[in-house]
Amino acid sequence: MQSQPPDSGCRSTMFNILPGPRILLMLLVSIGVACPLAQAQVEFFDLAGDLTLETRHSPESGLYPGQTSSASGFSLTPRLYFENAQGWSFNLTPFLRIDHVDSERTHMDLRQAYFLMFGDIGDDQWELRLGIDQVFWGVTESQHLVDIINQVDLVENPSAEQKLGQTMVHFTRFGNWGTAELFVLPFHRPRTFPGAGGRLRLALPVDPDPISRAASNDERHIDLAARYSHSFGPLDLGLSVFDGTSREPVLFPELDAIGSPALLQHYDDIRQYGLDAQLTTGAWLLKLEAIHRSGETNLVGEQEDYAAAVMGFEYQFQSVFGGTDLSLVSEWNIDARGDRALPRRNPLTLQNDLAVLTRFGFNDVSGSELTIGVIRDMERDSQLAAVEFSRRLTDRWSISLEWYGLLEIDPDEIFYQARRDSFFELSLSLFL
Amino acid sequence: MITVKPALTALLFSVVAGSYGMSALSQTPEEIGLRIEKEYHEALDGFANYTANLNMLLRNRQGQESERQLRIKVLEMENDGDRSLFIFDEPRDVAGTAFLVHSRREENDEQWLYLPALQRVKRIASSNRSGSFMGSEFAYEDMGVPEVEKFTYKYLRDESCANSECTVTERYPVDKRSGYRRQVVWRDKDELRIRRIEFYDRKDSLLKTLNFEDYQQYQDRYWQAHTLDMVNHVTGKSTTLTWSDFVYGEDVNANEFTQTGLRRIR
Repeated sequence: MQSQPPDSGCRSTMFNILPGPRILLMLLVSIGVACPLAQAQVEFFDLAGDLTLETRHSPESGLYPGQTSSASGFSLTPRLYFENAQGWSFNLTPFLRIDHVDSERTHMDLRQAYFLMFGDIGDDQWELRLGIDQVFWGVTESQHLVDIINQVDLVENPSAEQKLGQTMVHFTRFGNWGTAELFVLPFHRPRTFPGAGGRLRLALPVDPDPISRAASNDERHIDLAARYSHSFGPLDLGLSVFDGTSREPVLFPELDAIGSPALLQHYDDIRQYGLDAQLTTGAWLLKLEAIHRSGETNLVGEQEDYAAAVMGFEYQFQSVFGGTDLSLVSEWNIDARGDRALPRRNPLTLQNDLAVLTRFGFNDVSGSELTIGVIRDMERDSQLAAVEFSRRLTDRWSISLEWYGLLEIDPDEIFYQARRDSFFELSLSLFL
Repeated sequence: MITVKPALTALLFSVVAGSYGMSALSQTPEEIGLRIEKEYHEALDGFANYTANLNMLLRNRQGQESERQLRIKVLEMENDGDRSLFIFDEPRDVAGTAFLVHSRREENDEQWLYLPALQRVKRIASSNRSGSFMGSEFAYEDMGVPEVEKFTYKYLRDESCANSECTVTERYPVDKRSGYRRQVVWRDKDELRIRRIEFYDRKDSLLKTLNFEDYQQYQDRYWQAHTLDMVNHVTGKSTTLTWSDFVYGEDVNANEFTQTGLRRIR
């Protein structure tokens, strides 16, 4: 899908699907910066993207009135890319999700709308990303503990791998001494939650609006973050700090605008120090992520500074059963708050939980893959599993089948309220 | 019989000595094999960098075909192994995925994978050398030109191949995790171009044959085969690599071949 640029790649037809004034503003700013440059000298234009049709089925009936066992819908993610002669670029990735049952899951977002510039400073290189983007930090698989720049788009999947776009000024300088990054992050985004008719919801629906934030931090509060990372031979190391509005909400019961009981999202003002490290030696990857966070409210409603960590290994077996790649991951998740810990992104509270994941890559022409993951609480009777099989059908179509199983949820877990919401998901994707 | 043997030996020596000078007389087959490999690498050195496009055509025993499309960038490093970047364009579900390799002469290579959906750079183990590259008949260890130190060598004989006079050498992987016990390499004497490689598995049975065709010269110096045909004799599957659009010595930025540069790849 690569072609010569049209005479202007900056028509405004995307605007009518935009979700909110904040994002619209940011998009306008980004395009305002990018368009004159792009129009002046667009050397390369690319349009790609994917369309995914999806249907979910929960074998058990829901706990709350109005919940259905099946839901279908689709998601659409176009990706536009403009590049000038210098290699500077503008990336635009809107996202649209339609779910025919849950109106809260039906949503739009700008995953990316940023302008990228870079250049040299002596032997080093600098890079500036301006606009809406996604940033990933970390090394582990069972949870992403240090990763904090973007809010989670939780309605997409309870695995919480999908994230909302975050407005940022992201400056990077790197050289043979490592990579240093600075982030200025205005416009805090609240987490997305399933609506009253959707599955995987809590007993009370989460009110999408208003959002409560720490007194000093309104929506326009500017969060700051920095990270240093480097490879020391087999060791990859990252040190990070974040200061600003938490991405993890604390949920308080309240009465919503029409007087019905609901959950109010509250976001504390926090500081987080993070460490991520991976030692790659032979077939072993040894991984550690650890954080220290201050300023956040715990399960019993008190502010409590705490540390949490996830550590473990990934082992890659040599081709087994005639050419299949097999990797095995085992990770232990701990949270120093113990029983006072709140769940973060995972439905379970990972205060003392062991995760085991295996991935089979069958190395066939259709790129078939099977992943099986289990997280088990070492203290409570909680256990959840996820199994996913995916393969290509043609060069453009692929299919995936997922089972998300809440095998056992302890009454002490907040997600006990969604204990009957295991589901199967079948999805069919078209790649442009 | 008694007279034939010295004559044969003399003939063999004259052939070897003819190509490699008189000192070959005193060299063991291992020394000659290493020398041929070093000369081959010297002929390749100094290219600074190149970029190229790669099409992979995968065929199974029934003749069903599937295609992969990649872009490759290679950066030569002083006193270290080359750095290579593989950017996937097709199939479309993996479009934008990039694979970065820092080859090392003595230690294990370092490898990173960029997953565009999560914008995640993942350092991966380089130990699975025998694993298939993108479902093809090429293993990871078959991609690119391995550093001299990754094998030990033994010169076998001269014979004609691809209408030229060729040397035949054997090489034995140093890494115990290699999928091979040995490889036999045919190289023409004119330009030291590899014409054929036979791959023998750990049990020493013939696993795969790779033929190199359509050689073209760049910069008046560097020979590149544009068609590489790999046949797996056990499964009956085959893979054809077709290279195109080689560009040498352009302004390739060394910073692209880093973890941070990887996040910017398109």
